[in-house]
Amino acid sequence: MSDNGILDLRGVLCPINWVKTKLALEELPQGEILEVIIDDGEPMRNVPRSAKEDGHRVLKVRPEGEGAYRLTIQRGA
Amino acid sequence: MHITVRQSIEVPYVHYQHFDDIGQELAQIGWSVASCGPRIRVPTACAGCSYNPNGLMDTQALCAEIDRRYFGTETAHHKFKISLSGCPIDCFRTREMDLGFQGMMEPELDEVLCNGCTLCVKACEEKALTMEGELPRRDLSKCNYCGDCVKVCPVDAMLVRRRGWLARVGGRHGKHPLYAYEVAQFISDEQACALIEKTLAWYREKGRGRERIGGVFARLGLSSYLGDVVKPLGLEAIEDPADRRRYWTGGNSYE
Repeated sequence: MSDNGILDLRGVLCPINWVKTKLALEELPQGEILEVIIDDGEPMRNVPRSAKEDGHRVLKVRPEGEGAYRLTIQRGA
Repeated sequence: MHITVRQSIEVPYVHYQHFDDIGQELAQIGWSVASCGPRIRVPTACAGCSYNPNGLMDTQALCAEIDRRYFGTETAHHKFKISLSGCPIDCFRTREMDLGFQGMMEPELDEVLCNGCTLCVKACEEKALTMEGELPRRDLSKCNYCGDCVKVCPVDAMLVRRRGWLARVGGRHGKHPLYAYEVAQFISDEQACALIEKTLAWYREKGRGRERIGGVFARLGLSSYLGDVVKPLGLEAIEDPADRRRYWTGGNSYE
């Protein structure tokens, strides 16, 4: 995790990117926000879906430079 | 001991004179001897929705029902294999079975709930979804009904219009493998059982000697089967080869 609270997972492969996201979300109180940056392609297919399956909520999806996306995820119950 | 590809436990080198005794001993712990010869073999299925997040249909429940109703039924010709996969990943190789059932799900967008996040477009490996303005637009001819768009949608705007089984018939492996044909879609558990019964009756009547059902298709044509079995049951038949193409990537020997 960087100083500004953004988890930059560019270059991190599935499923390690989700493992890191999951652990970071578990550190947060319910309702708090986590921002993660993941690569397009397989990470974008898997990480948002896993977040939903775990009861979290993806609030926003924005492009982050070339071939990556920034997800705003709210920690679920 | 060997665990076979159909998940049976095989015990080699049993003397034939001991066979009945062993069968009786197994019965005491509630086990049965597997079928062999020209019969319906033990049906197999993936773990399904119970813990696999890809699962779309309850494979274990239907598999148990098929096992209860049809295990060991005589076919008059050759072996008859049935398997079930919960989703299009098809871990249980329904394409290689005499009869296979694979879970499928048709999505439908609630345009009011959709917030245009684009995650469903990213999730779709078939490229059936593209953004048109603020909303995803579906090319249904590319959709293979895997349900990934439904599973990813963070606001539950991608709804399940319907779900059911995709039926495949006529596959086999062995020295001369055949890939099965998709013959009907979105069928229910009861319709799947009706399809097994009518398919088996058709195979008994039309088959010759030690012919698998895929061999009967090669001889009589698939349309004969669709007309005799699938359509009389009132199932949603897949008749146009173009409608099967969505389930294929290509490869060797598929027409």
